[in-house]
Amino acid sequence: MIEIRFHGRGGQGTVVATILLAKAFFQAGYQVQSFPFFGVERRGAPVEAYVRLDKKKILLRTNVTEPDHVAVQDQTLLHSINITRGLKPSGWILINSPTLPVDLQPFTGFQLAHVDANRIALQRRLGTRTHPIVNTSMIGAFARMLEMPPLAAIAEAIREDFPVETEAMRNIDAAQEAYAEVNIVGRI
Amino acid sequence: MKRVLEGSHAVAEAVRLAKVQVISAYPITPQTHIVEILSQYCTNGTMKAKFLRVESEHSCMAALIGAQSVGVRTFTATSGQGLALMHELLHWAAGARLPIVMAEVNRALAPGWNIWVDQTDSLAQRDTGWIQMYCEDGQEVLDSTIQAFLLAETVNLPVMIVLDAFYLSHTYEPVDVPEPEEVDRFLPPFAPKFQLDTAQPCAFGSLVGPGDYMDMRYQIALAMDDALIRFGDVEDAFAALFNRRYGPVEAIDCADAEIIFITSGTVTSTCRLALQELRAQGEKAGILKIKLFRPFPVDRIRKELQAAKKIAVIDRNFSFGASGIFAQELRAALCNTPRHPVVFGYVAGIGGRDVTPELLKEIYWLTKNSEVPQKESIWMGIQEVKYAD
Repeated sequence: MIEIRFHGRGGQGTVVATILLAKAFFQAGYQVQSFPFFGVERRGAPVEAYVRLDKKKILLRTNVTEPDHVAVQDQTLLHSINITRGLKPSGWILINSPTLPVDLQPFTGFQLAHVDANRIALQRRLGTRTHPIVNTSMIGAFARMLEMPPLAAIAEAIREDFPVETEAMRNIDAAQEAYAEVNIVGRI
Repeated sequence: MKRVLEGSHAVAEAVRLAKVQVISAYPITPQTHIVEILSQYCTNGTMKAKFLRVESEHSCMAALIGAQSVGVRTFTATSGQGLALMHELLHWAAGARLPIVMAEVNRALAPGWNIWVDQTDSLAQRDTGWIQMYCEDGQEVLDSTIQAFLLAETVNLPVMIVLDAFYLSHTYEPVDVPEPEEVDRFLPPFAPKFQLDTAQPCAFGSLVGPGDYMDMRYQIALAMDDALIRFGDVEDAFAALFNRRYGPVEAIDCADAEIIFITSGTVTSTCRLALQELRAQGEKAGILKIKLFRPFPVDRIRKELQAAKKIAVIDRNFSFGASGIFAQELRAALCNTPRHPVVFGYVAGIGGRDVTPELLKEIYWLTKNSEVPQKESIWMGIQEVKYAD
């Protein structure tokens, strides 16, 4: 079983990111579970959401405390919360940032990737300048980083959740560009 | 077709497929997602149902009692404080023999204000005359909600479908959503046995003296007994069409088990994982999952537990001054059977705490290593509590 934790802030579509990712993995033949941190969500406040995937039926119904991989939708969270909490050694970390973090020490022993999801989202008018909605860009980059699920499955999941064709296309474009652009740095 | 659905949405899809005619609800976390979707369905024409917004849960149940009395299929959903506020009218719905169906998302009661899972809210309604079913995953929630209408309308008693807050209500997983024509074959339109009708005027709910009241109560008791049999019929009919069956209880590896976990809700699912690990170590463990709580399937429970030495009851609830509520029910069910297993009562996961495979295995070893319980109720993980100076 693989467990994934997404960090974000309320309003960035963090919960939706994990739902879309779960749907994409299901398309790709996995059993899946996805759920938010069981709490009270407020705009701008730190949010967590999770995906579990496995080849067999998932029986575990507990919180995710030791994820295999992590995604960070808002780089300001790197200064306020411990995003590597419980992360398994060699786990991947995807950060929404145009550049690598200056201080790489906290990521020692993990694998790093980053993508400029804000720019990708804004170019497609996803969200606003102050509140870009980066979730579809992030899952596109995530799929490239983990080499699964296939980009076609991501696109299919987005189509299922966005009934309006033009909105679906903008989000699929974002996922595709992030997939192509993500900078896979690897082990720190 | 299998879709990745939230537990709450699995309930909503079942209500859509059951072609419910009147829905009333007052929003409360963690139930809100159920009626959010249903209100959309009522607005956009996906459902031809009337959605009644009300100022409280008490009014909500009153509205449904009125609607169901004129002969339409009704539904509501609530949680925690909302269910507590409905309490008076829960008795009324059952006493009036109205087959109302409700989804109840288990939420802890305040104070402290807590939106997370705890079964005390629904278990505190055990004597209201509602049928209660506790579900383990999204598929069971969807299937049980569809079945609930048929069972309720067969025995003329209301049904509560109970699901854990968040661990089930807010968890997305693959769920097979049947086609409407398939469900139509299973669930015919509601045909009331009695109703308020201006063409044939009659009155319900008037004063009943001691001469008749007790007989009326006895009829409810008989209907509950009948519900146990009809539950099986409903499951047979459902399985014939959809090839899925849950049982009033499910015995997992119980045949040769010396220690059997008693579980309900999502804890069962996690416990299946713990059981696999215990069995791999050669431990003779089993699980008896209790789905149907009212009517309580006493005969089946006695039969499944007859060879066990000990049972470990997991209660995500508590009756202050007594014990975990499932443990009480198990003790009562077993006490008149000779050589019954020793009952160990464990309280775990209250107010949304995790019940992990590790915690369940700890419960197993505590049970195995004690001849008799040291206490009536063993509260797990309570050392985590920190008191202020």
